[in-house]
Amino acid sequence: MAVERALEIVVRICGYSATFFVFSIFLFVLLSGSDFIVNRLNPGEFLLSTEWVPTSVTNKRYGTLALTIGTLSVTSLAMLIAVPFGLGAAVFVSEFTAGRTKELLKVVIELLAAIPSVVWGFIGLVIMNPLIIEWLGAPIGLNVLNGGVLLGLMSVPIIVSIGEDALKAVPDSYREASLAMGATRWQTVVHVLFPAARSGLLAAVLLGVGRAIGETIAVLMATGHSVQIPHSVLDSVRTLTATIASELGETARGSDHYQALFAIGVLLFTLTFVVNLSADLIVRGARGQR
Amino acid sequence: MTATTQAVALDSDGAARRTAKRSDIAAALACTLLALIAGCSRSESSRTLIQNKGSDTLVNVAQAWAENYRRVKPTVAIAVSGGGSGTGIAALINGTVDIANSSRDIHADEREKIQSQTGKAVVEHKVARDAIVVYVHKDNPITQIKVSDLACVYGEKGTCDSWSSLNVQVPGCADQKIIRISRQSNSGTYEYFREAVLGKESDFKLGSRDMQGSKDVVDLVSKTPCAIGYSGIGYATHEVKTVCLSKDDAAPCVIPTIDSAKSGEYPLSRWLYMFTAGDAQGEVKAYLDWILSAEGQKIVADSGFIPSS
Repeated sequence: MAVERALEIVVRICGYSATFFVFSIFLFVLLSGSDFIVNRLNPGEFLLSTEWVPTSVTNKRYGTLALTIGTLSVTSLAMLIAVPFGLGAAVFVSEFTAGRTKELLKVVIELLAAIPSVVWGFIGLVIMNPLIIEWLGAPIGLNVLNGGVLLGLMSVPIIVSIGEDALKAVPDSYREASLAMGATRWQTVVHVLFPAARSGLLAAVLLGVGRAIGETIAVLMATGHSVQIPHSVLDSVRTLTATIASELGETARGSDHYQALFAIGVLLFTLTFVVNLSADLIVRGARGQR
Repeated sequence: MTATTQAVALDSDGAARRTAKRSDIAAALACTLLALIAGCSRSESSRTLIQNKGSDTLVNVAQAWAENYRRVKPTVAIAVSGGGSGTGIAALINGTVDIANSSRDIHADEREKIQSQTGKAVVEHKVARDAIVVYVHKDNPITQIKVSDLACVYGEKGTCDSWSSLNVQVPGCADQKIIRISRQSNSGTYEYFREAVLGKESDFKLGSRDMQGSKDVVDLVSKTPCAIGYSGIGYATHEVKTVCLSKDDAAPCVIPTIDSAKSGEYPLSRWLYMFTAGDAQGEVKAYLDWILSAEGQKIVADSGFIPSS
């Protein structure tokens, strides 16, 4: 009995520790930039200005709008590519393959996740750059399209793994009942399995989005690292993560520029939180309707 | 079926797994211990390590110096890394490097920070000269460019966004749009270019593609017909075209070479520095003296830069 109690406490601590770690990291980021955020940050300029010039001698500006739009544009394109491919692959692996083929496919897809992001960045820089210039007549091949395709390919394995797990968790009785009613396998997938595995599939997509928003080195190399609002997918952009990565090393600890970069970190946290929260509310709302 | 001493667990896929036997655990522990011991052993008993960080322009030369110095003094190891001049100076302020490489002057506020945080004044050592060259794609027909043209292209208040405003038609370039390739803001090359071409009070026009290193600029320009970029003279390749530069309308257009940079005729020639906090002592002093000697300066020349003397 005492062992049970002790184990329960240990498991409870592990559960709380996850929340504790997330909060501590957020607090660390917030406090590292707090002096600048509270005293000198102009929220209107920070969130709405497109001019990010922190190293100017006479006129320092800390506007992150162009960077935020850069992150959002690359992530949206990545999700446009990753979600259909990822969910489609998850359905295929889960429902339409069995035995050896299934195991082989799962292993190969997980291999795609094992490729380091700097290698993806290299592929974007060396292989996709000239291809985009040649096939699409773009003036430069390092742009939203390049970054978006890379991030999409990086997110697909995550969506497939977790999506496949979500579909596997749906009891076989659902499938059997549906087939017994005369539905085809595709109708079973769309009308029975998707609604049943809805929250798991959404979690898969959210983790894919999280990967895409947080990706640093691949977008640093493949998007052209340019502070501007893109007018087409063939324009270069800069993401929030790449800005932090490329500039944090040169700042003196505690300087305004250093703290402004931590303010960007807070912005990234908030962005991810908003994405996750809205998706969670959508799932709850849809569930509430039934 | 006879009972076995090993428990057999089945997971959902039906694969059978054995729980670890005691001998497996012992073997794993032994391997870990061996790895730890192997990692901790040292071949040389006392070795000085000099940390050297900063300018990407200097990083290849710094690496060449470090490798050659191993043959001069095998007991001294030098760890070289890039990251940009700004990164090197920030590391000097934070006290994590012995020598900071820089392709620009040190600022007054950085000087103060080094004095206040390390208690010593920064000492600058001029180790080589460099020339900033304007690179364009090899199919670009432009033959000369003025410093004011560069300011018009790169500067915030400049309005030259198309190759036609520079009176050229570039084949293979869609809409004749000038694609500016620049460096990230931690780069000394970036700062030097801003000071020498745009004026210290001005800033770069946003929307340039900001690359990480000197070599990346040249690589991207070689692949992009519409591009213009600036980088060190040591990074020129056969895949790009260097443009001669004139200081103003009256001055002649000077081709960037070792001689024109040494004589000062070429408008964008600069010193490359190594900074230390306080006067260099001991092994660091010996290393810096060697760099400024004939042997060290020969390596500068071999790398495509201009010797300091």
